[in-house]
Amino acid sequence: MLKTGFIRCVCVCVCVCVCVCVEEMARRAGRRYLRAFVSGFFVAVPVTVTVLDRLAYVARVEGNSMQPFLNPDGVSDCDVVLLNRWRVRNFQVQRGDIVSMVSPRNPQQNIIKRVIALEGDFIRTLGHKNRYVRIPDGHVWIEGDHHGHSLDSNSFGPVSVGLLHGHASHIVWPPNRWQRICPSLPPHRGPLHLDTTEEEEG
Amino acid sequence: MSDNLVAAKVKVNSLSVAEMFAQKVEMFRRVLGKMLGFTGYTIQYCCIAHCAFEYVGQLVVCSGPSMEPTIINHDIILLEQLSRHLYKIEKGDVVIAKNPFDPHMNICKRVIGLEGDKILSSGPSDLFKTYTYVPRGHVWLEGDNLKNSSDSRAYGPIPYALIRGRACFKVSPPSVHLIGQKVFSRDPMTMAREIRCFMKPRKTLKDISLWPPERFGTLKESPTGRIIKTESASDLE
Repeated sequence: MLKTGFIRCVCVCVCVCVCVCVEEMARRAGRRYLRAFVSGFFVAVPVTVTVLDRLAYVARVEGNSMQPFLNPDGVSDCDVVLLNRWRVRNFQVQRGDIVSMVSPRNPQQNIIKRVIALEGDFIRTLGHKNRYVRIPDGHVWIEGDHHGHSLDSNSFGPVSVGLLHGHASHIVWPPNRWQRICPSLPPHRGPLHLDTTEEEEG
Repeated sequence: MSDNLVAAKVKVNSLSVAEMFAQKVEMFRRVLGKMLGFTGYTIQYCCIAHCAFEYVGQLVVCSGPSMEPTIINHDIILLEQLSRHLYKIEKGDVVIAKNPFDPHMNICKRVIGLEGDKILSSGPSDLFKTYTYVPRGHVWLEGDNLKNSSDSRAYGPIPYALIRGRACFKVSPPSVHLIGQKVFSRDPMTMAREIRCFMKPRKTLKDISLWPPERFGTLKESPTGRIIKTESASDLE
């Protein structure tokens, strides 16, 4: 599960407005603080909201569905990831990417999982009602790294690419886990190719 | 004397060259400052526009026959986003959603069922009626033109988060209509059913408020646990 902290970001930009307004008050006679606040509000809030919607987002990962890659310590210290929203503006993802999506079960919640297969691939599922699934057009198959403790496509099937929220590119907290996230498929979890009889290993 | 004059002239010339250079630098700085200011204003207005389109509303042009007669080809509709963000989309609303099979395309359909609702999933020609339940977090969409609409009857319920906005006004020349005002069909049976279920007094334009939006001609609750689908008014293709 992903805690997006949108309210916190809005509070940050309100603080920015207040700072701008205070600075204006100190500079000017003090009568125009209302105008300064309004002008600061109309600059800081739309720009911040647009940056959060289109460019990048910072979110805390909760839960252990992506262990051991994310949140290896469990509850004690949660990872914070940087979500790149500009990269998914055309809904392009690769196999092995860690992406955040809006949960198809609960539209108020974001989930962060790994993309295992893209449209047109055949995949062998773990615990889905069908043993083998062909991913329909415009859908992807996502799985958490911690099989069995993850609510992912093995429960609700392929998810539509339109639900993509962001691409996790870096882990930014805790400082000892700063790293760039590279796409990699877990071993033995990858799409099947029908022209060869062996399974592709990640 | 002439040497002094020449020296004075050289000094004046070099001064003017330095002055010209300073003037040019000053002009360049002014132009750069103006360009930066212009860029700043452009960015600010683009961000305000993005916030307005994303959180308040926007206009879209519809094409296709699947919502006739409510929405005809090339109608302009006003979408409002507040219902979507506050999770107040209700049964009977006309919504625009991302196509689940192609996220670059949008579909315009009516919400027939929300999560947990029972939907009649058998066709009109089947002998026995079968029902499905809409799963959690999904909605069931159907076009008003049932004979010519590819919707949830073909591909199943779609996740709620694919909805992009609720249509509240339709602009098609020469007048403005509210979405959901039924055009009564010529079939007397359909007309009788529509009058029983959907009839509301026609309101004039000045009674219309944008928020909270009036919902004309929509079915809030299913009377017998069975969703009544709207019949297509005529075969307008």
